[in-house]
Amino acid sequence: MEHYVIIGNGTAAVSCIEGIRSIDGESPIAVISGERYPAYCRPLISYALEGKASPGSMSQRPADFYEKNGCKVLYGKKAVGIDPEKKTVTLDDGTGLPYTKLCVAAGSSPFVPPMTGLETVEKKFSFMTLDDMLALDAAVGEDSRVLIVGAGLIGLKCAEGLAERVGSLTVCDLAPRVLSSILDEEGAALMQEKLEEHGISFLLGDTADRFEKSRAVMKSGKTVDFDILVLAVGVRANTALVKDIGGAVNRGIVVDSRMRTSIPDVYAAGDCAEGFDNSTGTSRVLAILPNARLQGECAGVNMAGGERTFENAVPLNAVGFFGLHSLTAGSAPEGCEIWEERGPGRIRRLCTKDGFLTGFALIGCEERAGIYTSLIRERIPLDTLDFELLKHSATTAAFSYGERRKEFGGAS
Amino acid sequence: MKRIYVNEEWCLGCHLCEYNCAFANSGRSDMASALKGKPIFPRIHIEGDERATWAVSCRHCADPICVKCCIAGALSQGEDGVIRIDRTRCVGCFTCVLVCPFGALAPAEDGVMQKCELCLSNACGEPACVKGCPNRAIVYEER
Repeated sequence: MEHYVIIGNGTAAVSCIEGIRSIDGESPIAVISGERYPAYCRPLISYALEGKASPGSMSQRPADFYEKNGCKVLYGKKAVGIDPEKKTVTLDDGTGLPYTKLCVAAGSSPFVPPMTGLETVEKKFSFMTLDDMLALDAAVGEDSRVLIVGAGLIGLKCAEGLAERVGSLTVCDLAPRVLSSILDEEGAALMQEKLEEHGISFLLGDTADRFEKSRAVMKSGKTVDFDILVLAVGVRANTALVKDIGGAVNRGIVVDSRMRTSIPDVYAAGDCAEGFDNSTGTSRVLAILPNARLQGECAGVNMAGGERTFENAVPLNAVGFFGLHSLTAGSAPEGCEIWEERGPGRIRRLCTKDGFLTGFALIGCEERAGIYTSLIRERIPLDTLDFELLKHSATTAAFSYGERRKEFGGAS
Repeated sequence: MKRIYVNEEWCLGCHLCEYNCAFANSGRSDMASALKGKPIFPRIHIEGDERATWAVSCRHCADPICVKCCIAGALSQGEDGVIRIDRTRCVGCFTCVLVCPFGALAPAEDGVMQKCELCLSNACGEPACVKGCPNRAIVYEER
């Protein structure tokens, strides 16, 4: 009999439970949930702000999920330490929780750089959790002037959610363009244009230098008056629990292809962990939901004594604002060749290296994008299909006859 | 499980499967009033070139990457293996489009994703694309 403990209760945790239960239907599982809710679909918080999703129907799994899977969820508790010798997890109330196999699925936290005068700002919010969303939702009114610091995915989805609900909305970022970690200049410009059509103003290459209550003084000297401040500068992986006991940690917790950390019987998955990026051949944090799901499941299977490896993670981002979608996957490694096709409001860019597709960006031409993604994930050599066709459209017509017969004709 | 397969040697590329699909999922009883003069949004589509054509619809993968990547919990795989979408939960984020290796998901007219559910829960009750394929290129069977 094992005693499984999972620190965290997000996507990676839920998938870890499913991974464990695919092998071990009996042993008890304890889930330490800092948040007060059953696992919910975190990316939906911006849609909830916009009224397109309701906080009551964002659960990841049916209501009886934990009970059916023999899990005890400790809501509102935080893990503050791991004792790898005694094999216990210490909670913030002082309780020790024994484990035989532990999964750290602690997620990430908003990163707030030191900013002068931040303490003078009355209404300031992060945008990571359902509680953050509910607090922001309650604070905004139709006359609110909102300033969002950070033009990354979190800041911009928050802006989209608020756009039709507030008086004015300004987004600032030190980077010279929006979504700077995902898009290049041209792609970012298309997305920015779409956001501006909906009344969102931008101050880019500029950021808040100091705050004076409801005024931000920018590095450029400009000032922005606001009622509500949202801080979406970035996130940091929650690595402390593993780092504190001498476990290997870079930007995220270091794991092998079976999600084992360097500490025996301690696994990690999701936003707090690193993963092997198949498009670059390097390890890095891939803080995206699909990765949390696949890593969590892999950790669970191995914790329960099964055999599972997960080695083909790739960065994936589907980012849309007001109907304009940017789909990106993989990366553009040094020395890659770039193929690009453009039209009005449309960009198709493919990166290849050594005969493989390593990444792509599609804006305004998202049809069947997954055909490209699978070529990256599965490392399909491009000389086995018609890459000339793929340059203009993602189509199964690029597959070989044999491949088509197998996938669509049921031939073995 | 039974899946939809297409024999590309027999596929005429006539696109009737697309019309039959759109009609079966329209909720209407008359094909002309359901489709005439309107853009259609079928869940199956013909691909190919002048040499060959074939129909592409959801493969109902045993290990479905779309279900695993859905950010809204809208896609699920039933015990019967069929992958379904709860369109009330879908927020149209396109993550499923980004990961489906066959390009089998696409938005409906309202921007919400839709996919082949084998006509099991519409009035047709069996895959309309198969039923209406004039050359019997599309079949629904266990392989």
